[in-house]
Amino acid sequence: MSERILMKGNEAIAEAAVRGGCRYFFGYPITPQNEIPEYMAKRLPEVGGAFIQAESEVAAINMVYGAAGAGGRAMTSSSSPGISLKQEGISYIAGAELPCVIVNMVRSGPGLGGIQPSQGDYFQSVKGGGHGDYRMLVYGPSSIQEAVNIIYKAFDKADEYRIPVMILGDGVLGQMMEPVALPDAIDVSALPKKEWATDGTKSGAERRIINSLYIEADVLEGMNNKFKALYEKLKAETAHETYLADDAEIILTAFGITARIAKSAVDLLREQCVKAGLIRPITLYPFPSDVYAKYAAKKNVKKFVTLELNLGQMVEDVRLAVNGKKPVEFYGRSGGNIMTPEEVVREILKRI
Amino acid sequence: MTEKIIIAGFGGQGVLSLGQFLAYSAMYENKEVTWLPSYGPEMRGGTANCSLVISDKAVASPLIETPDCLIALNKPSLDKFINNVKVGGTVIINSSIIKEKIERTDVNAIYLEANEIAQKAGSVKAANVVVLGAYVAASKLFPKESVKGTIAKIFKKKPNVIPMNLEAFELGYAAI
Repeated sequence: MSERILMKGNEAIAEAAVRGGCRYFFGYPITPQNEIPEYMAKRLPEVGGAFIQAESEVAAINMVYGAAGAGGRAMTSSSSPGISLKQEGISYIAGAELPCVIVNMVRSGPGLGGIQPSQGDYFQSVKGGGHGDYRMLVYGPSSIQEAVNIIYKAFDKADEYRIPVMILGDGVLGQMMEPVALPDAIDVSALPKKEWATDGTKSGAERRIINSLYIEADVLEGMNNKFKALYEKLKAETAHETYLADDAEIILTAFGITARIAKSAVDLLREQCVKAGLIRPITLYPFPSDVYAKYAAKKNVKKFVTLELNLGQMVEDVRLAVNGKKPVEFYGRSGGNIMTPEEVVREILKRI
Repeated sequence: MTEKIIIAGFGGQGVLSLGQFLAYSAMYENKEVTWLPSYGPEMRGGTANCSLVISDKAVASPLIETPDCLIALNKPSLDKFINNVKVGGTVIINSSIIKEKIERTDVNAIYLEANEIAQKAGSVKAANVVVLGAYVAASKLFPKESVKGTIAKIFKKKPNVIPMNLEAFELGYAAI
Protein backbone atom coordinates (compact mmCIF):
# COMPACT_ATOMS: atom_id res chain seq x y z
CA MET A 1 0.00 0.00 0.00
CA SER A 2 1.28 3.43 -0.90
CA GLU A 3 0.75 6.82 0.71
CA ARG A 4 -2.82 8.08 0.66
CA ILE A 5 -3.73 10.22 -2.32
CA LEU A 6 -6.90 12.12 -3.10
CA MET A 7 -8.69 10.57 -6.04
CA LYS A 8 -12.04 10.64 -7.77
CA GLY A 9 -13.86 7.31 -7.46
CA ASN A 10 -13.87 6.59 -11.19
CA GLU A 11 -10.14 7.26 -11.54
CA ALA A 12 -9.22 5.29 -8.43
CA ILE A 13 -11.24 2.32 -9.70
CA ALA A 14 -9.52 2.48 -13.08
CA GLU A 15 -6.03 2.65 -11.54
CA ALA A 16 -6.78 -0.19 -9.12
CA ALA A 17 -8.05 -2.31 -12.03
CA VAL A 18 -4.76 -1.79 -13.87
CA ARG A 19 -2.82 -2.68 -10.72
CA GLY A 20 -5.00 -5.79 -10.36
CA GLY A 21 -3.94 -6.90 -13.83
CA CYS A 22 -6.49 -5.39 -16.20
CA ARG A 23 -4.89 -5.01 -19.63
CA TYR A 24 -7.86 -4.67 -21.98
CA PHE A 25 -10.61 -2.10 -21.68
CA PHE A 26 -13.48 -1.60 -24.09
CA GLY A 27 -15.99 1.13 -23.49
CA TYR A 28 -18.41 3.67 -24.81
CA PRO A 29 -19.02 7.05 -23.14
CA ILE A 30 -21.88 7.75 -20.75
CA THR A 31 -22.21 9.95 -17.65
CA PRO A 32 -21.40 9.44 -14.76
CA GLN A 33 -18.57 6.97 -15.50
CA ASN A 34 -16.63 8.76 -18.24
CA GLU A 35 -13.50 9.20 -16.13
CA ILE A 36 -12.98 5.42 -16.19
CA PRO A 37 -12.51 5.07 -19.99
CA GLU A 38 -10.75 8.45 -20.08
CA TYR A 39 -8.22 7.20 -17.53
CA MET A 40 -7.83 3.81 -19.18
CA ALA A 41 -7.22 5.40 -22.60
CA LYS A 42 -4.12 7.07 -21.18
CA ARG A 43 -3.04 4.43 -18.70
CA LEU A 44 -3.36 1.07 -20.48
CA PRO A 45 -0.84 1.79 -23.27
CA GLU A 46 1.71 2.59 -20.53
CA VAL A 47 1.51 -0.99 -19.26
CA GLY A 48 1.39 -2.67 -22.65
CA GLY A 49 -2.39 -3.00 -22.60
CA ALA A 50 -5.04 -1.87 -25.04
CA PHE A 51 -7.94 0.57 -24.82
CA ILE A 52 -10.62 0.73 -27.47
CA GLN A 53 -13.52 3.12 -27.58
CA ALA A 54 -16.03 0.91 -29.34
CA GLU A 55 -18.71 2.12 -31.76
CA SER A 56 -21.42 1.09 -29.28
CA GLU A 57 -21.97 -0.61 -25.95
CA VAL A 58 -22.92 -3.81 -27.78
CA ALA A 59 -19.58 -3.77 -29.59
CA ALA A 60 -17.71 -2.99 -26.36
CA ILE A 61 -19.08 -5.98 -24.45
CA ASN A 62 -18.43 -8.29 -27.40
CA MET A 63 -14.83 -7.06 -27.49
CA VAL A 64 -14.65 -8.00 -23.80
CA TYR A 65 -16.03 -11.42 -24.79
CA GLY A 66 -13.29 -11.82 -27.40
CA ALA A 67 -10.44 -10.59 -25.23
CA ALA A 68 -11.57 -12.72 -22.27
CA GLY A 69 -11.84 -15.75 -24.57
CA ALA A 70 -8.26 -15.16 -25.68
CA GLY A 71 -7.21 -15.24 -22.02
CA GLY A 72 -6.81 -11.51 -21.37
CA ARG A 73 -7.86 -9.67 -18.24
CA ALA A 74 -10.64 -7.62 -19.80
CA MET A 75 -13.00 -5.01 -18.45
CA THR A 76 -15.75 -2.64 -19.46
CA SER A 77 -17.63 0.06 -17.63
CA SER A 78 -20.81 1.94 -18.31
CA SER A 79 -23.86 3.39 -16.62
CA SER A 80 -27.39 2.04 -16.53
CA PRO A 81 -28.73 2.46 -20.11
CA GLY A 82 -25.33 1.37 -21.43
CA ILE A 83 -25.30 -1.67 -19.15
CA SER A 84 -28.76 -2.59 -20.46
CA LEU A 85 -27.33 -2.63 -23.97
CA LYS A 86 -24.51 -4.92 -22.82
CA GLN A 87 -26.82 -7.55 -21.33
CA GLU A 88 -26.84 -9.90 -24.32
CA GLY A 89 -23.05 -9.98 -24.29
CA ILE A 90 -22.92 -10.50 -20.52
CA SER A 91 -25.20 -13.53 -20.86
CA TYR A 92 -22.94 -14.93 -23.63
CA ILE A 93 -19.84 -14.37 -21.48
CA ALA A 94 -21.50 -16.12 -18.53
CA GLY A 95 -22.67 -18.94 -20.82
CA ALA A 96 -19.18 -19.37 -22.29
CA GLU A 97 -17.67 -19.54 -18.76
CA LEU A 98 -15.44 -16.53 -19.28
CA PRO A 99 -13.98 -14.17 -16.69
CA CYS A 100 -14.37 -10.41 -16.99
CA VAL A 101 -15.03 -7.35 -14.84
CA ILE A 102 -17.89 -4.93 -15.44
CA VAL A 103 -18.40 -1.64 -13.61
CA ASN A 104 -21.85 -0.06 -13.53
CA MET A 105 -21.94 3.49 -12.16
CA VAL A 106 -25.69 3.52 -11.84
CA ARG A 107 -27.78 6.53 -12.86
CA SER A 108 -31.48 7.01 -12.46
CA GLY A 109 -33.96 5.34 -14.78
CA PRO A 110 -35.94 3.77 -16.34
CA GLY A 111 -35.24 4.57 -19.96
CA LEU A 112 -32.73 7.30 -20.58
CA GLY A 113 -33.69 8.55 -17.12
CA GLY A 114 -31.37 11.11 -15.56
CA ILE A 115 -27.67 11.29 -14.82
CA GLN A 116 -27.95 11.56 -11.03
CA PRO A 117 -27.20 8.63 -8.68
CA SER A 118 -29.54 5.71 -8.23
CA GLN A 119 -29.63 2.06 -7.17
CA GLY A 120 -32.32 1.11 -9.65
CA ASP A 121 -30.16 -1.56 -11.31
CA TYR A 122 -30.08 -3.90 -8.29
CA PHE A 123 -32.52 -6.38 -9.84
CA GLN A 124 -30.73 -6.23 -13.18
CA SER A 125 -27.40 -7.01 -11.52
CA VAL A 126 -28.30 -9.76 -9.08
CA LYS A 127 -31.20 -11.52 -10.79
CA GLY A 128 -29.59 -11.86 -14.21
CA GLY A 129 -30.03 -8.81 -16.45
CA GLY A 130 -29.59 -10.84 -19.61
CA HIS A 131 -31.41 -13.96 -20.71
CA GLY A 132 -30.96 -17.46 -19.35
CA ASP A 133 -30.08 -18.92 -16.01
CA TYR A 134 -26.85 -17.22 -14.98
CA ARG A 135 -25.42 -15.18 -12.13
CA MET A 136 -22.55 -12.81 -11.62
CA LEU A 137 -20.45 -12.10 -8.56
CA VAL A 138 -21.81 -8.64 -7.67
CA TYR A 139 -20.22 -6.19 -5.25
CA GLY A 140 -21.78 -2.99 -3.88
CA PRO A 141 -18.88 -0.97 -2.41
CA SER A 142 -19.70 2.01 -0.24
CA SER A 143 -16.41 3.89 -0.30
CA ILE A 144 -13.70 4.58 -2.84
CA GLN A 145 -11.17 2.61 -0.79
CA GLU A 146 -13.49 -0.38 -0.67
CA ALA A 147 -14.15 -0.13 -4.43
CA VAL A 148 -10.38 -0.04 -5.00
CA ASN A 149 -9.78 -3.10 -2.83
CA ILE A 150 -12.61 -4.99 -4.54
CA ILE A 151 -11.67 -4.28 -8.14
CA TYR A 152 -8.02 -5.05 -7.38
CA LYS A 153 -9.08 -8.60 -6.44
CA ALA A 154 -11.97 -8.80 -8.93
CA PHE A 155 -9.85 -10.13 -11.80
CA ASP A 156 -8.56 -12.94 -9.57
CA LYS A 157 -12.11 -13.82 -8.57
CA ALA A 158 -13.29 -13.71 -12.18
CA ASP A 159 -10.46 -16.04 -13.24
CA GLU A 160 -10.94 -18.37 -10.28
CA TYR A 161 -14.65 -18.94 -10.94
CA ARG A 162 -14.62 -18.13 -14.69
CA ILE A 163 -17.50 -15.75 -14.13
CA PRO A 164 -18.33 -12.11 -14.88
CA VAL A 165 -17.77 -9.93 -11.83
CA MET A 166 -19.81 -6.76 -11.53
CA ILE A 167 -19.07 -3.73 -9.38
CA LEU A 168 -22.30 -1.90 -8.78
CA GLY A 169 -21.51 1.70 -7.92
CA ASP A 170 -23.45 4.89 -8.44
CA GLY A 171 -22.89 8.46 -9.50
CA VAL A 172 -21.77 9.53 -6.02
CA LEU A 173 -19.11 6.84 -5.76
CA GLY A 174 -17.84 7.67 -9.24
CA GLN A 175 -17.78 11.45 -8.87
CA MET A 176 -16.73 11.81 -5.23
CA MET A 177 -13.12 12.30 -4.12
CA GLU A 178 -11.69 10.60 -1.03
CA PRO A 179 -8.20 9.83 0.22
CA VAL A 180 -7.24 6.37 -0.96
CA ALA A 181 -4.26 4.07 -0.63
CA LEU A 182 -3.59 2.12 -3.80
CA PRO A 183 -2.28 -1.44 -3.67
CA ASP A 184 0.94 -2.37 -5.48
CA ALA A 185 0.63 -3.56 -9.06
CA ILE A 186 0.64 -7.31 -9.56
CA ASP A 187 3.03 -9.00 -11.98
CA VAL A 188 0.74 -10.10 -14.80
CA SER A 189 3.47 -12.26 -16.37
CA ALA A 190 3.35 -14.47 -13.25
CA LEU A 191 -0.38 -15.22 -13.59
CA PRO A 192 -1.25 -18.89 -14.23
CA LYS A 193 -1.84 -19.86 -17.86
CA LYS A 194 -5.46 -20.30 -18.87
CA GLU A 195 -5.64 -23.81 -20.30
CA TRP A 196 -8.99 -23.08 -21.94
CA ALA A 197 -8.07 -19.82 -23.68
CA THR A 198 -8.22 -19.53 -27.47
CA ASP A 199 -4.81 -17.90 -27.75
CA GLY A 200 -3.78 -19.04 -31.21
CA THR A 201 -2.11 -22.10 -32.65
CA LYS A 202 1.53 -21.23 -31.84
CA SER A 203 1.52 -23.21 -28.61
CA GLY A 204 0.72 -26.37 -30.53
CA ALA A 205 -2.12 -27.06 -28.15
CA GLU A 206 -5.25 -28.91 -29.18
CA ARG A 207 -8.06 -26.98 -30.83
CA ARG A 208 -10.09 -25.09 -28.26
CA ILE A 209 -13.59 -23.74 -28.74
CA ILE A 210 -15.37 -21.05 -26.76
CA ASN A 211 -19.09 -21.13 -27.25
CA SER A 212 -22.38 -20.92 -25.40
CA LEU A 213 -24.46 -22.92 -27.90
CA TYR A 214 -25.68 -26.33 -26.69
CA ILE A 215 -28.40 -27.69 -28.98
CA GLU A 216 -28.91 -30.97 -27.12
CA ALA A 217 -31.18 -30.47 -24.10
CA ASP A 218 -29.33 -33.00 -21.97
CA VAL A 219 -25.96 -31.43 -22.73
CA LEU A 220 -27.27 -27.95 -21.90
CA GLU A 221 -28.90 -29.20 -18.72
CA GLY A 222 -25.49 -30.62 -17.80
CA MET A 223 -24.03 -27.14 -18.28
CA ASN A 224 -26.85 -25.59 -16.24
CA ASN A 225 -26.13 -28.01 -13.41
CA LYS A 226 -22.45 -27.16 -13.65
CA PHE A 227 -23.39 -23.49 -13.23
CA LYS A 228 -25.62 -24.39 -10.30
CA ALA A 229 -22.68 -26.04 -8.56
CA LEU A 230 -20.48 -23.06 -9.40
CA TYR A 231 -22.95 -20.59 -7.89
CA GLU A 232 -23.15 -22.76 -4.80
CA LYS A 233 -19.35 -22.60 -4.49
CA LEU A 234 -19.51 -18.83 -5.05
CA LYS A 235 -21.23 -18.48 -1.66
CA ALA A 236 -17.74 -18.59 -0.13
CA GLU A 237 -17.30 -15.01 -1.42
CA THR A 238 -20.30 -13.65 0.53
CA ALA A 239 -19.30 -10.53 2.46
CA HIS A 240 -21.08 -8.06 4.71
CA GLU A 241 -20.51 -5.51 7.47
CA THR A 242 -22.58 -4.95 10.59
CA TYR A 243 -22.53 -1.75 12.63
CA LEU A 244 -23.91 -1.53 16.18
CA ALA A 245 -26.28 -4.35 15.27
CA ASP A 246 -25.83 -6.63 18.27
CA ASP A 247 -28.10 -4.83 20.75
CA ALA A 248 -30.18 -3.10 18.07
CA GLU A 249 -33.95 -3.02 18.19
CA ILE A 250 -34.28 -1.53 14.74
CA ILE A 251 -31.93 -2.69 12.01
CA LEU A 252 -31.38 -0.45 9.03
CA THR A 253 -30.04 -2.18 5.97
CA ALA A 254 -28.60 -0.66 2.84
CA PHE A 255 -25.79 -1.14 0.34
CA GLY A 256 -23.36 1.15 -1.45
CA ILE A 257 -23.58 4.88 -0.85
CA THR A 258 -26.91 4.51 0.94
CA ALA A 259 -25.22 2.38 3.60
CA ARG A 260 -23.00 5.35 4.50
CA ILE A 261 -26.06 7.54 4.89
CA ALA A 262 -27.64 4.78 7.00
CA LYS A 263 -24.51 4.59 9.16
CA SER A 264 -24.74 8.33 9.88
CA ALA A 265 -28.43 7.87 10.65
CA VAL A 266 -27.60 5.06 13.11
CA ASP A 267 -25.22 7.40 14.95
CA LEU A 268 -27.83 10.17 15.06
CA LEU A 269 -30.50 7.72 16.29
CA ARG A 270 -28.18 6.38 19.00
CA GLU A 271 -27.68 9.98 20.19
CA GLN A 272 -31.46 10.07 20.65
CA CYS A 273 -31.35 6.78 22.59
CA VAL A 274 -32.89 4.77 19.75
CA LYS A 275 -31.16 1.39 19.57
CA ALA A 276 -30.46 1.32 15.84
CA GLY A 277 -27.96 -0.80 13.96
CA LEU A 278 -26.94 -1.54 10.40
CA ILE A 279 -26.42 -4.56 8.16
CA ARG A 280 -24.57 -3.71 4.97
CA PRO A 281 -24.21 -6.36 2.26
CA ILE A 282 -20.86 -6.01 0.49
CA THR A 283 -21.65 -8.77 -1.99
CA LEU A 284 -25.12 -8.32 -3.47
CA TYR A 285 -24.82 -11.71 -5.13
CA PRO A 286 -24.28 -13.96 -3.30
CA PHE A 287 -26.57 -12.16 -0.86
CA PRO A 288 -25.64 -12.48 2.84
CA SER A 289 -28.98 -14.09 3.73
CA ASP A 290 -27.60 -15.97 6.73
CA VAL A 291 -26.74 -12.72 8.49
CA TYR A 292 -30.31 -11.45 8.17
CA ALA A 293 -31.66 -14.80 9.35
CA LYS A 294 -29.38 -14.64 12.38
CA TYR A 295 -30.53 -11.16 13.39
CA ALA A 296 -34.18 -11.93 12.60
CA ALA A 297 -34.00 -14.72 15.17
CA LYS A 298 -32.75 -12.38 17.90
CA LYS A 299 -35.27 -11.28 20.56
CA ASN A 300 -34.04 -7.67 20.74
CA VAL A 301 -34.63 -7.05 17.02
CA LYS A 302 -38.08 -5.52 16.46
CA LYS A 303 -37.93 -4.72 12.74
CA PHE A 304 -35.79 -4.16 9.68
CA VAL A 305 -35.94 -1.06 7.49
CA THR A 306 -34.34 -1.32 4.05
CA LEU A 307 -33.08 1.93 2.55
CA GLU A 308 -32.48 2.18 -1.17
CA LEU A 309 -32.24 4.73 -3.96
CA ASN A 310 -35.03 3.02 -5.88
CA LEU A 311 -38.65 1.95 -5.35
CA GLY A 312 -37.74 -1.21 -3.41
CA GLN A 313 -35.52 -3.92 -4.87
CA MET A 314 -33.02 -5.31 -2.33
CA VAL A 315 -35.89 -5.27 0.18
CA GLU A 316 -37.21 -8.41 -1.57
CA ASP A 317 -33.99 -10.29 -0.81
CA VAL A 318 -34.07 -9.01 2.76
CA ARG A 319 -37.66 -10.30 3.13
CA LEU A 320 -36.67 -13.70 1.75
CA ALA A 321 -33.80 -13.89 4.21
CA VAL A 322 -35.84 -12.67 7.21
CA ASN A 323 -38.50 -15.17 6.15
CA GLY A 324 -41.43 -13.58 7.96
CA LYS A 325 -39.78 -13.67 11.39
CA LYS A 326 -39.79 -9.87 11.74
CA PRO A 327 -41.41 -7.01 9.79
CA VAL A 328 -39.29 -5.69 6.91
CA GLU A 329 -40.13 -2.14 5.87
CA PHE A 330 -38.82 0.04 3.10
CA TYR A 331 -37.88 3.66 2.54
CA GLY A 332 -36.48 4.86 -0.76
CA ARG A 333 -35.79 7.90 -2.87
CA SER A 334 -35.54 7.91 -6.63
CA GLY A 335 -35.15 10.04 -9.70
CA GLY A 336 -31.59 10.89 -8.73
CA ASN A 337 -32.54 12.30 -5.32
CA ILE A 338 -30.51 11.10 -2.37
CA MET A 339 -31.78 10.74 1.17
CA THR A 340 -29.87 12.56 3.91
CA PRO A 341 -29.05 11.03 7.31
CA GLU A 342 -31.47 13.49 8.97
CA GLU A 343 -34.22 12.43 6.57
CA VAL A 344 -33.61 8.77 7.45
CA VAL A 345 -33.79 9.63 11.17
CA ARG A 346 -37.16 11.39 10.69
CA GLU A 347 -38.41 8.37 8.74
CA ILE A 348 -37.26 5.87 11.39
CA LEU A 349 -38.75 7.90 14.27
CA LYS A 350 -42.13 7.69 12.52
CA ARG A 351 -41.84 3.91 12.48
CA ILE A 352 -41.07 3.17 16.12
CA MET B 1 -14.51 16.78 15.08
CA THR B 2 -16.66 16.76 11.95
CA GLU B 3 -16.95 19.84 9.75
CA LYS B 4 -19.48 19.99 6.92
CA ILE B 5 -18.90 22.64 4.29
CA ILE B 6 -20.89 23.60 1.21
CA ILE B 7 -19.11 25.73 -1.38
CA ALA B 8 -21.23 27.22 -4.15
CA GLY B 9 -20.99 29.76 -6.92
CA PHE B 10 -20.93 30.26 -10.69
CA GLY B 11 -19.15 27.70 -12.84
CA GLY B 12 -15.70 29.18 -13.48
CA GLN B 13 -15.27 30.83 -10.05
CA GLY B 14 -13.14 27.96 -8.83
CA VAL B 15 -15.80 26.46 -6.59
CA LEU B 16 -14.76 22.86 -7.16
CA SER B 17 -11.04 23.59 -6.91
CA LEU B 18 -11.55 25.56 -3.68
CA GLY B 19 -13.18 22.41 -2.34
CA GLN B 20 -10.24 20.34 -3.57
CA PHE B 21 -7.74 22.67 -1.85
CA LEU B 22 -9.59 22.01 1.40
CA ALA B 23 -9.82 18.28 0.71
CA TYR B 24 -6.06 18.06 0.10
CA SER B 25 -5.39 20.18 3.19
CA ALA B 26 -7.49 17.81 5.26
CA MET B 27 -5.77 14.73 3.83
CA TYR B 28 -2.29 16.15 4.46
CA GLU B 29 -3.38 16.81 8.05
CA ASN B 30 -4.25 13.08 8.28
CA LYS B 31 -7.96 13.74 8.51
CA GLU B 32 -10.68 11.85 6.67
CA VAL B 33 -12.47 13.79 3.97
CA THR B 34 -15.04 13.45 1.22
CA TRP B 35 -15.40 15.90 -1.67
CA LEU B 36 -18.61 15.55 -3.62
CA PRO B 37 -19.30 17.79 -6.62
CA SER B 38 -22.70 18.61 -7.98
CA TYR B 39 -22.64 17.14 -11.44
CA GLY B 40 -25.22 17.44 -14.09
CA PRO B 41 -25.92 19.28 -17.30
CA GLU B 42 -23.81 22.18 -16.02
CA MET B 43 -22.63 24.97 -18.28
CA ARG B 44 -20.25 27.88 -18.10
CA GLY B 45 -21.94 30.59 -16.05
CA GLY B 46 -24.34 28.11 -14.45
CA THR B 47 -24.17 27.27 -10.77
CA ALA B 48 -21.80 24.71 -9.32
CA ASN B 49 -21.37 23.45 -5.80
CA CYS B 50 -19.47 20.87 -3.83
CA SER B 51 -19.91 19.33 -0.41
CA LEU B 52 -16.97 18.60 1.88
CA VAL B 53 -17.06 16.57 5.02
CA ILE B 54 -13.87 16.68 7.08
CA SER B 55 -13.56 14.48 10.15
CA ASP B 56 -11.18 12.79 12.56
CA LYS B 57 -12.92 9.48 11.89
CA ALA B 58 -14.19 7.80 8.71
CA VAL B 59 -16.76 10.00 7.02
CA ALA B 60 -20.11 8.27 7.08
CA SER B 61 -22.26 10.26 4.69
CA PRO B 62 -20.71 12.57 2.09
CA LEU B 63 -24.07 14.34 1.76
CA ILE B 64 -24.87 17.46 3.75
CA GLU B 65 -28.26 18.72 4.85
CA THR B 66 -27.16 21.26 7.47
CA PRO B 67 -23.67 22.63 6.77
CA ASP B 68 -21.48 24.03 9.54
CA CYS B 69 -20.12 26.43 6.97
CA LEU B 70 -21.47 27.84 3.71
CA ILE B 71 -19.13 29.54 1.30
CA ALA B 72 -21.28 31.47 -1.18
CA LEU B 73 -19.54 33.06 -4.14
CA ASN B 74 -22.70 34.35 -5.85
CA LYS B 75 -26.25 35.39 -4.97
CA PRO B 76 -28.18 32.36 -6.33
CA SER B 77 -25.92 30.07 -4.27
CA LEU B 78 -26.42 32.12 -1.12
CA ASP B 79 -30.20 32.07 -1.60
CA LYS B 80 -30.18 28.33 -2.25
CA PHE B 81 -28.27 27.27 0.86
CA ILE B 82 -28.51 30.05 3.49
CA ASN B 83 -31.51 28.58 5.30
CA ASN B 84 -29.79 25.19 5.64
CA VAL B 85 -26.79 26.46 7.59
CA LYS B 86 -26.89 25.25 11.15
CA VAL B 87 -27.53 27.72 13.96
CA GLY B 88 -24.19 29.11 15.08
CA GLY B 89 -22.60 28.13 11.77
CA THR B 90 -20.43 30.29 9.54
CA VAL B 91 -21.33 31.89 6.22
CA ILE B 92 -18.56 33.33 4.08
CA ILE B 93 -19.97 35.68 1.47
CA ASN B 94 -18.12 37.01 -1.53
CA SER B 95 -19.25 40.63 -1.16
CA SER B 96 -17.54 41.61 -4.40
CA ILE B 97 -20.49 39.97 -6.12
CA ILE B 98 -23.17 39.71 -3.42
CA LYS B 99 -24.18 43.22 -2.38
CA GLU B 100 -26.98 42.30 0.06
CA LYS B 101 -26.51 41.45 3.74
CA ILE B 102 -28.07 38.23 4.99
CA GLU B 103 -31.19 38.37 7.14
CA ARG B 104 -30.22 35.54 9.49
CA THR B 105 -28.73 36.72 12.77
CA ASP B 106 -28.06 33.26 14.24
CA VAL B 107 -25.03 32.57 12.06
CA ASN B 108 -21.60 34.12 11.89
CA ALA B 109 -21.57 36.09 8.62
CA ILE B 110 -18.22 37.00 7.08
CA TYR B 111 -18.28 39.45 4.17
CA LEU B 112 -15.19 39.24 2.02
CA GLU B 113 -14.38 41.34 -1.04
CA ALA B 114 -12.65 38.35 -2.56
CA ASN B 115 -12.37 39.64 -6.12
CA GLU B 116 -10.77 42.97 -5.12
CA ILE B 117 -8.39 41.22 -2.72
CA ALA B 118 -7.45 38.70 -5.42
CA GLN B 119 -6.79 41.56 -7.82
CA LYS B 120 -4.29 42.95 -5.31
CA ALA B 121 -2.51 39.59 -5.32
CA GLY B 122 -2.32 39.69 -9.09
CA SER B 123 -5.41 38.09 -10.59
CA VAL B 124 -9.14 37.92 -9.95
CA LYS B 125 -8.82 34.22 -10.80
CA ALA B 126 -7.30 33.70 -7.35
CA ALA B 127 -10.49 34.84 -5.59
CA ASN B 128 -11.14 31.26 -4.53
CA VAL B 129 -7.73 31.09 -2.86
CA VAL B 130 -8.51 34.35 -1.03
CA VAL B 131 -11.64 32.68 0.29
CA LEU B 132 -9.55 29.64 1.25
CA GLY B 133 -7.33 31.90 3.35
CA ALA B 134 -10.35 33.47 5.01
CA TYR B 135 -11.87 30.07 5.74
CA VAL B 136 -8.66 28.71 7.25
CA ALA B 137 -8.38 31.80 9.47
CA ALA B 138 -12.03 31.66 10.53
CA SER B 139 -12.32 27.91 11.08
CA LYS B 140 -8.89 27.34 12.66
CA LEU B 141 -9.24 23.83 11.28
CA PHE B 142 -5.73 23.56 9.84
CA PRO B 143 -2.40 25.22 10.58
CA LYS B 144 -1.81 28.06 8.13
CA GLU B 145 1.63 26.81 7.07
CA SER B 146 0.24 23.37 6.28
CA VAL B 147 -2.31 24.84 3.86
CA LYS B 148 0.39 26.95 2.22
CA GLY B 149 2.35 23.74 1.72
CA THR B 150 -0.74 22.20 0.15
CA ILE B 151 -1.07 25.13 -2.28
CA ALA B 152 2.54 24.66 -3.35
CA LYS B 153 1.98 20.92 -3.85
CA ILE B 154 -1.17 21.41 -5.91
CA PHE B 155 0.49 23.91 -8.23
CA LYS B 156 3.80 22.07 -8.48
CA LYS B 157 3.35 21.64 -12.24
CA LYS B 158 2.72 25.39 -12.63
CA PRO B 159 5.38 26.84 -10.28
CA ASN B 160 5.02 30.34 -11.72
CA VAL B 161 1.53 30.74 -10.21
CA ILE B 162 2.54 29.62 -6.70
CA PRO B 163 3.73 33.04 -5.37
CA MET B 164 0.55 34.77 -6.54
CA ASN B 165 -1.65 32.11 -4.94
CA LEU B 166 0.30 32.21 -1.68
CA GLU B 167 -0.11 35.98 -1.67
CA ALA B 168 -3.86 35.62 -2.31
CA PHE B 169 -4.05 33.11 0.54
CA GLU B 170 -2.19 35.42 2.92
CA LEU B 171 -4.42 38.39 2.05
CA GLY B 172 -7.55 36.30 2.57
CA TYR B 173 -6.18 35.00 5.86
CA ALA B 174 -5.36 38.54 7.03
CA ALA B 175 -8.84 39.78 6.12
CA ILE B 176 -10.39 37.86 9.04
